[in-house]
Amino acid sequence: MTAMQPGEQRDEVEMLSLMLLIRRFEERASQQYQAQKVGGFCHLYIGQEAVVAGAVAAVRDDDYIITAYRDHAHALARGTSANACMAELFGKETGCSRGLGGSMHFFNRQNHMYGGHAIVGAHVPLAVGLAFAIKYRDEDRVTLCFFGDGAINQGSFHEALNLAALYKLPIVFICENNLFAMGTSVKRSTSLKQIVDRAEGYDIPGEIVDGMNFREVRDKVAEIVDSIRKESHPAFVEVRTYRYRGHSMSDPASYRTKLELEKYRLDDPITRLRAQLTREGKLTNEQFDLLDKRSKEMVLASVKFAEASPQPPIEKLHDFTYADGAKP
Amino acid sequence: MREITYRQALNEALAEELERDPNVFLMGEEVAEYHGAYKVSQGLLERFGPRRIIDTPISENGFAGLGVGAAMVGLRPIIEFMTFSFSLVAFDQVVNNAPNMFTMSGGQFNIPITFRGPNGPAHQLGATHSHATENFYASVPGLKVCTPATPRDAKGLLKTAVRDNNPVLVLEAELLYSSKGMVEPPDEELLIPLGKAEVKREGSDVSVICYAQTVPLALKVAAQLEEEDISAEIVDLRSIKPLDEKAIFDSVAKTHRVVIVEQDHPFCGVGAEVCYRIQRNIFDEIDAPILRVSQEDVPMPYNERLEKAVLPNADKLLAAVKQVCYA
Ligand SMILES: Cc1ncc(C[n+]2csc(CCOP(=O)(O)OP(=O)(O)O)c2C)c(N)n1
Ligand SMILES: [Mg+2]
Repeated sequence: MTAMQPGEQRDEVEMLSLMLLIRRFEERASQQYQAQKVGGFCHLYIGQEAVVAGAVAAVRDDDYIITAYRDHAHALARGTSANACMAELFGKETGCSRGLGGSMHFFNRQNHMYGGHAIVGAHVPLAVGLAFAIKYRDEDRVTLCFFGDGAINQGSFHEALNLAALYKLPIVFICENNLFAMGTSVKRSTSLKQIVDRAEGYDIPGEIVDGMNFREVRDKVAEIVDSIRKESHPAFVEVRTYRYRGHSMSDPASYRTKLELEKYRLDDPITRLRAQLTREGKLTNEQFDLLDKRSKEMVLASVKFAEASPQPPIEKLHDFTYADGAKP
Repeated sequence: MREITYRQALNEALAEELERDPNVFLMGEEVAEYHGAYKVSQGLLERFGPRRIIDTPISENGFAGLGVGAAMVGLRPIIEFMTFSFSLVAFDQVVNNAPNMFTMSGGQFNIPITFRGPNGPAHQLGATHSHATENFYASVPGLKVCTPATPRDAKGLLKTAVRDNNPVLVLEAELLYSSKGMVEPPDEELLIPLGKAEVKREGSDVSVICYAQTVPLALKVAAQLEEEDISAEIVDLRSIKPLDEKAIFDSVAKTHRVVIVEQDHPFCGVGAEVCYRIQRNIFDEIDAPILRVSQEDVPMPYNERLEKAVLPNADKLLAAVKQVCYA
């Protein structure tokens, strides 16, 4: 993606293509997990593509983003190659975290993707730290902090929101509300009618957005970011979305009904953006098929790349414990 | 005796203690409707109801503290951490509140609480999800820490932990949940005291001191050593704190050679403490420097091959045993 000028919008066809890439990547990751090429825990983003695509479309490439462990999409959205992402899942040295992080710990410093964090709620204060540094250096960047509905009941989340409000930091808290934290529905975890009300308690402006609608996510986040760049402040967006798969590869998701899943599938974010673009004459069926074909090819190539990549060398085991190669 | 899994053994212990004492309740993430992330609490919600089997939001610091508070007024909470890696979010409650209360209040408030859940590295979960916490917690005065390696020990130790009048951590072995072993029938009360090690295999040439996931490893290595005419005695600590010095010293007085195999990190690890006590108390009994096999001193890498290089394994243990035996 190219650097954006003020007022410019990212090309929607390009963003649709990103959403397709995310979906095809996740499908392939799932297959490779079943083939035991991928280890550990693996959480897929299928169904939620419009959230990260919409949010990232609303900011510049030099703005900061950070998320939890369902992070493959966020890395891809930040221009991390499918090769580097797949190689990370395979634990290879060419992976975006050198094969040391794994599925839950994707990082891309160059592209301002500050992780992949696997302890629920623990990265929200980090996000506030990123935003603090922006203000400290008097820059006009913003931080986008993504997290799940399950994170909003951690102390770290609450402390972080208060700090951000107190210091008027340039941050958008983006709650990807997919209705479940593992097998626990929001209704059973949270004493609020709606998650966005959490923000009110800290005097942070909050909005609810339809996370199956790319344009709505993008426009709302763009509006907020605009306001933050004018005068630094935190904001909160509850994005309503849905994950089609289980919590992780090992979860059969028997706590929800097929009917519920089908309802959301009918509202698929990719289908929706495609329909919008087709209706407006910006995308033909042939063009869509080509985009899809290309993302499938890219992902297939990433599997070959990951297979062929070297393992991180055992001799380097101690090289990444302390910076500057210090040994205790 | 009948054969059951480690998971079933824990489940029986929970059910029996819930049945016995109405003050006991089980609380944690996904423990009720989902039956536990590792299915340890299977069937408990159905049997004891939502008043006593309680799902929580993801709020470890909150529900661990709730447990300590409830214990101050006489309940006997069993707090499940989905894994002990997440107990770090509740470190303040486990380390600051639970064990200090009795002292701070001049003996007015004891805290009869059990913190339990899987501990130690599993498979390729990466740095944040692979913590072996036994040495952190065992270093805190006022806490007790046990680390069962077999279904029988899991059941007996958990039941004892629930009845103890102090905070006890039952660090379960994530990789052993499906392992099987012989356990007394349900109608026979099984309580295994804290602070009692068990010799899992008798031997005469070397003492291999182990606990939790390193016990099956040590037993496997002992079988290999036998083929090379080295007789290894396998001492399973079962509890890290209190530590069964007598069992350790008895074994060492017999074999005069020691390897400690632990699942935590080497720096300030459990083995360092065991080693200190041996040389301090029975220096004359040791014929070779004591060796330790532990994790490498690095955050856990995700890559499978590197993870294997970090963990204790049969080759490392074999080599250490041969070194102390000058074989
Ligand atoms: C502190 C902590 N507690 C528990 C877990 C285990 N865990 C991992 S994901 C998860 C559910 C989180 O749900 P949510 O925040 O809604 O994100 P989603 O999975 O829906 O993207 C839990 C309980 C963890 N990783 N960290
Ligand atoms: Mg969720």
